[in-house]
Amino acid sequence: MQLSRNDLLAAYRKMRLIREFEDAVHEEFSAGNIPGFVHLYAGEEASGVGICMHLDDRDAIASTHRGHGHCIAKGCDERGMMFEIFGKKDGLCGGKGGSMHIADLSVGMMGANGIVGGGPPLICGAALTAKTLKTGGVAVAFVGDGASNQGTTFESYNLAKVWNLPAVFVVEDNGYAESTASVWSVGGSQAARAAGFGMPCTEVDGHDFFAVWEAAREAIERARNGEGPSMLHVRLNRYYGHFEGDAISYKGEGEIERVKAEKDALMLFRNRVIETSLLDAGDMDAIDREVKERIVQCVTEAKAGASPTEADLLTDVYTSAY
Amino acid sequence: MPKKSYRQAINEAIRQEMARDERVIIMGEDISGGMGAPGEQDAWGGPMGVTKGIMPDFSRDRVLDTPITESAFIGCAAGAAATGLRPVAELMFVDFMGVCFDQIFNQAAKFKYMFGGKAVTPLTIRTMYGAGFRAASQHSQCLYPLFTHIPGLKVALPSNPYEAKGLLTQAIRDDDPVIVFEHKAMYDDEGEVPDEAYTIPFGEANVTREGDDVTIVAFGRMVNFANEAADNLEKAGISCTVVDPRTTSPLDRDTILETTEETGRLVVVDEAHPRCNMASDIVGLVSQEMFGALKAAPQMVTAPHCPVPFSPALEDIYVPGVARIEAAVRQAMGKGH
Repeated sequence: MQLSRNDLLAAYRKMRLIREFEDAVHEEFSAGNIPGFVHLYAGEEASGVGICMHLDDRDAIASTHRGHGHCIAKGCDERGMMFEIFGKKDGLCGGKGGSMHIADLSVGMMGANGIVGGGPPLICGAALTAKTLKTGGVAVAFVGDGASNQGTTFESYNLAKVWNLPAVFVVEDNGYAESTASVWSVGGSQAARAAGFGMPCTEVDGHDFFAVWEAAREAIERARNGEGPSMLHVRLNRYYGHFEGDAISYKGEGEIERVKAEKDALMLFRNRVIETSLLDAGDMDAIDREVKERIVQCVTEAKAGASPTEADLLTDVYTSAY
Repeated sequence: MPKKSYRQAINEAIRQEMARDERVIIMGEDISGGMGAPGEQDAWGGPMGVTKGIMPDFSRDRVLDTPITESAFIGCAAGAAATGLRPVAELMFVDFMGVCFDQIFNQAAKFKYMFGGKAVTPLTIRTMYGAGFRAASQHSQCLYPLFTHIPGLKVALPSNPYEAKGLLTQAIRDDDPVIVFEHKAMYDDEGEVPDEAYTIPFGEANVTREGDDVTIVAFGRMVNFANEAADNLEKAGISCTVVDPRTTSPLDRDTILETTEETGRLVVVDEAHPRCNMASDIVGLVSQEMFGALKAAPQMVTAPHCPVPFSPALEDIYVPGVARIEAAVRQAMGKGH
């Protein structure tokens, strides 16, 4: 299977949309316009997009506290997301979830998650649903290097293996769980952990969209064909702090700047498709302009959007009358 | 009407719902038993044999033995519920909630609210609770107040076989996450249970005795003790109303308030530890809503504030019993009783 021109344009647009979305959230948060906590995905775009391009509405993903990119990659509406992050009534979750709980089950996005390691068991459930109802769907759990040390994650590897579930576990290793380096916090290696559960693991450079896309294709096909779960260990970098407001003093001198200059996912993608004559610079420049306008529009509308009211406080707790 | 045990009533409810709806699956540790082993299949049917015989009739595709991995399979059940199945997961002893509580209270309970009302999570968790089995501190607790505290969860405590079948059937058909507490000392209790499927609505208390002097509100197994106490007291000239709320969440406040207003005296019987339990919850409710109608201070009959002891000599003192309920009623009645 090859990426068509339309696939490439779509992939670039999604990655650019995530970058613009996160840069805008960064600016608005810095200006004091966004309440609560936000954790930004900028720098990691090739992972979410390279993986979710293989998924459709039958398929489910569970995300992390750093969930905006996964949402966009899986097809959540960016306008509804921006409203949600601003805490507005027309947000994807009515303003009740916020950045850490953005979800849209109708597109198979089972939620960002405020609990590190909360997602993998849920993905076993989505995979069990797909297997039981024979939908052909697969389920993908995104976890960070931090969640890769949680027991829920290990237990989910085991359950997915012994039940032969159509699941993929993606360890997005950005090098830091909060301020703690994964070279220190992760005993052994992700690949050896996968091997311990009898799962294949592919290590992939998460700045390289094409490498992610290819590795994800294999893992997702394997799951879809009933051949069981596997792991992708994706190494990448985040451009902002663990949360907005994090001074990032724990990273090395010039670390982020070096990555931006040498390995930026959007830059690598552009260089690759231009060198191989797959797309023109003009195609992507046009996307850049369109996406920038779209995000400005989302922010402007979200800022002006209505807040939920007291009448909304007690709704949506239960399905039936309580 | 045919007589069936609490165990049979639960088994029947599960079977009937599995037959009615192919989305209903069950999972848990040894819920069938013998998975992957060379010997007998369906060896256990759960540790108390409650689900025995279901696997041969419905296959291992819908009766899923799990590894000992509560975090993964309770979370899996939550995720499966949010994506189209109606799982009934067995958390063998409620004491084991410590290793999977996140998946219940931070995930399943909150999906609907956090996701702006768009999630439906028809998850049922069956779990065993209660003392009296010489099972000691980590296999005997009554942790329903902890679940009752969490918005988004519903909590049912069936007090006899009829209640068990009706409440469990309702739980499986309910679109919200429900925890059904089965008292481990009641599985052999027998009672009249219709063969056909039926539901008991949540939040509608059952008044098992009607009297003029004292209202006793009791939960789960304690309902039976309260009935026995009421029958004994009747002979002594004290007439009691006994209320079985059936569910602690939702709670039938109206029946509790109305029956307490009629008698003016309240005794609450709760096998849970005394702090922040259902007894304190209901005494708080009644005190706030109808303080002026009370003729005496409300009485709480609960387990003490200590872990459940192992020694039979100690456990027998620990569990609230009929004599303590009668004493509390006499206390509420005042001098001369």
